[in-house]
Amino acid sequence: MSMLEGQPRAVTPLLLDRIWQINWLLVLLLTAIAGVGFAMLYSAAGGSFQPWAEKQMLRFAFGLTGMILVALVDLRVWLRLAYIIYALALALLLAVEIRGEIGMGAQRWIDFGFIQIQPSEIMKIALVLALARYFHSLDMEDIGRPLLLLLPTALVFAPAILVLKQPDLGTAIMLIAGGGVLFFIAGVRLWKFAAVLGVVIASIPIAWELLRDYQKKRVYTFLNPEADPLGAGYHIIQSKIALGSGGVFGKGFLLGSQSHLSFLPEKQTDFIFTMLAEEWGLVGGLTLIGLYALVILYGFLIALRSHNQFGRLLALGITSTLFLYAFINCGMVMGLIPVVGVPLALVSFGGTAMLTVLFGMGLVMGVYVHRDLEINRQGEVGTD
Amino acid sequence: MRQERNQARTFTRRALLLGGGQAVLFAALGARLYYLQVVEATRYTMLADENRINVRLLPPPRGQVFDRFGEPLAVNNENYRLILVPEQIGDLEKALAIIDRIVPLGEADRRRVLREARRKRGFVPILVRGNLSWDEVARVEVNAADLPGIAIDPGLTRHYPQGAAMAHVVGYVSAVAEHELTGDPVLELPDFRIGKDGVERFREMALRGTAGASEVEVNAYGRVIRELGRQPGQPGQEVVLSVDLALQRYVMHRLAQEQSAAAVAMDVHTGEVVALVSSPGFDPNLFATGIGIQQWNALRQDPRGPLGNKAVAGQYAPGSTFKMMVAVAALESRVITPDQQIVCPGHYDIGEQRYHCWKRGGHGPMNLHEALKQSCDVYFYELARRVGIDRLAPMCRRFGLGEPTGVELPGERGGLIPSRDWKRAARKTPWLHGDTVLTGIGQGFVLTTPLQLALMTARLVNGGRAVVPRLTRPAIMRDSVSGARRELFPSLGISVQTLNAVRDGMAAVVNEQGGTAYAMRLREPDVSMAGKTGTAQVRRISQAERLRGVRRNEELPWRERDHALFVGYGPVIAPRYAVAVVVEHGGGGSSIAAPIARDILVETLRRDPSRQVPPSRIVADRPEGRT
Repeated sequence: MSMLEGQPRAVTPLLLDRIWQINWLLVLLLTAIAGVGFAMLYSAAGGSFQPWAEKQMLRFAFGLTGMILVALVDLRVWLRLAYIIYALALALLLAVEIRGEIGMGAQRWIDFGFIQIQPSEIMKIALVLALARYFHSLDMEDIGRPLLLLLPTALVFAPAILVLKQPDLGTAIMLIAGGGVLFFIAGVRLWKFAAVLGVVIASIPIAWELLRDYQKKRVYTFLNPEADPLGAGYHIIQSKIALGSGGVFGKGFLLGSQSHLSFLPEKQTDFIFTMLAEEWGLVGGLTLIGLYALVILYGFLIALRSHNQFGRLLALGITSTLFLYAFINCGMVMGLIPVVGVPLALVSFGGTAMLTVLFGMGLVMGVYVHRDLEINRQGEVGTD
Repeated sequence: MRQERNQARTFTRRALLLGGGQAVLFAALGARLYYLQVVEATRYTMLADENRINVRLLPPPRGQVFDRFGEPLAVNNENYRLILVPEQIGDLEKALAIIDRIVPLGEADRRRVLREARRKRGFVPILVRGNLSWDEVARVEVNAADLPGIAIDPGLTRHYPQGAAMAHVVGYVSAVAEHELTGDPVLELPDFRIGKDGVERFREMALRGTAGASEVEVNAYGRVIRELGRQPGQPGQEVVLSVDLALQRYVMHRLAQEQSAAAVAMDVHTGEVVALVSSPGFDPNLFATGIGIQQWNALRQDPRGPLGNKAVAGQYAPGSTFKMMVAVAALESRVITPDQQIVCPGHYDIGEQRYHCWKRGGHGPMNLHEALKQSCDVYFYELARRVGIDRLAPMCRRFGLGEPTGVELPGERGGLIPSRDWKRAARKTPWLHGDTVLTGIGQGFVLTTPLQLALMTARLVNGGRAVVPRLTRPAIMRDSVSGARRELFPSLGISVQTLNAVRDGMAAVVNEQGGTAYAMRLREPDVSMAGKTGTAQVRRISQAERLRGVRRNEELPWRERDHALFVGYGPVIAPRYAVAVVVEHGGGGSSIAAPIARDILVETLRRDPSRQVPPSRIVADRPEGRT
């Protein structure tokens, strides 16, 4: 190490500076999104804070505090913890899997008594952390080497396969797509994506032959839910009716007939966007999508402003995860993509998802706070 | 450093690509939302309303049927039913035990309720027991506070208080059959009944009324959240019959002495049918509540045909009652005068074929008066031959024979007045002289219904006017004057001389010595009657049997005996009512049908329904404006 290389270009900012650096406008945007969620949960309960809205507000307050704390922590701490967090999340996923195997019932969450945790939600952030750290430690030439891509590929598919077994197709898709985003922004050559995609497509007919009849039937319904209006297709048909009948300005707060007369399933979780668009119409729906777009835009700007690769990858990875949440959820309730069971981040009722997203957004803010920090490949201040 | 910048540049490029992609996908969301909420909004709004709005039909109360004086013939009885809503009841078994103490339940009821409660959703009411007595209703109401989830549901069931007496006229209602569904949603209600026979069927649309609707908002499980609107229905209209219940009952009672018979009594001026009976009858209440398969089969297979209305659907050879038609046709065609004589030697030959008079030795010389009075067959064989079927048939039609009269009853049949064309078409053989001759005494192909015979008689004696039979009246009238129809029916164009000559003969039948119904003459000063007997052969009498000696009716099995007929009117001067009686396989017209007709006519004249006003109790009962 030469003298020049040993000298840090920037030092960790002081705590007060860091607090000053926190992007409060972003906090406001997130609160606005969560606020829409509170209103909808209040409506979903027929105009009551019980049983959902109040709980969700408490969680948000808790999560928001956590988010700011996360943002203040030195980014290198997260870099160092990245693999550990990933390993913990993977272990929890395994625990869920094993518990299901030994006959305690297939569940997606672990009960810690005071809190129930869905390891698959945590994994969405943990994977981004791990991949960001991994790609941070590679230089451009290394990324060109296929062998070095094997480990990160394994990091993506190990949890994806575990959640797929739960079975939770939505999370599996999010993990793979989120992982893909990191590969992409890390600079992996496009032809390699094309190659993987080619292999997947080529293997579909083979996999199809291996499926049993009832499994094939499920796939058919999956592809065309409206062929089965009383069964699997019921949810999406009712969701489209709710959306369409909302019109431009909606039916009014607490007045969504589809939602309040139980035609709309899961209105407090996966289909909460439908309820919003039914009661507030196109205006409400576009407003919420706009809020997400603003947060995502912020995430991009933060990533682009960062002077370290870990921060860039982390910020963009998490922002993209948020994008995936919003896009997959909205897309599925609108009938654009099949129903896969992805909640709407910050709006749907659900603790782990909210805490995970806020934790992730805390990391994004941390990237902003530490944007001028230069971190070398070992995770120390400075460049290589 | 270069490495770092290179990395940053790659990152920026890729980030912009990624951002662009995400922007496109978000734009797709916006476009989709626009498509659903703006382009397709109308369709989805409709679907959402279809989801949440449920229209429940409120069945209209069926119109009631009354006789001309307001006596109830078909009414709606309140049928109180005990229902329970399982979700409002904690322990169903316990609740049923409590109910059992108030309203006794059978074990079958109990088990059915438990079974239905398991099968249906909790808010769907379950019938516990129907047909609660007034006493039971009161006991449930008293205990209502202790029995949440239990309610009395008032329903309406059709009831026919007069039973068999009015069965054929009023008809009955029964559950809607598959082929009777017309698209009117009220027909699909589970308890709905529609008219299947009689006036109930003929006036179905008026009696039914129109259903009201209650628009309710329901949730996805079908539970009613609130009522959005209610559109009251139109109750069924009431129907008032021209029939006089008391007279009808009398006729029913009188006919019941025979195996199978039908009778009609009508006002000759207004055409109002005051009694119309087919015997035996049946209890229409069986159908309204649901008839058992055994009872149904017994009714259907009874050889006396209790289900059919013989008064309008029974077709019989008119026998000698048809002779008036031959006489009118002959007089109007001027092929004979009333006083011209025809000698009856007891038989009449056409070519090889010999036709017999009922009187073996013959009547000797006969004019019209005597021929009708004694019902000489040979006289009318000759008259028929002179007139010919081509003039006889149209005359019969003018008097209402050969086609349905149009009375307000379903299933009326037209009888048959044969003609050359008819025979060629139906039998593929030409019309023979013998056919004309046989037609002359109402045998051969001729068929008439009792109602047609009464109508024919009415037209003969009301001055030759084309009166039309009526079974309903516009309303119950407080006085006889406003109630009477003032309709002036067009003239049939028959000369007064002809009508008088025929009426003269009919009067002689009953009132002159030697008349076929002289035994039935009335001795009371204020009632008088005229008429004509008829005996319709059911089987063919072979030449061999004729040689051996024709068997008497009493020796024959019931089904082979002659039909006994009588048509009559009264009073003789200024006639007001006509009657027709057919006793299936009764034997002779003069011995069997005539006494019945006499009794009916006497009762009709005595009651004189056309001039009677409703009893004051009924007028008082009826709200203003409905009488």
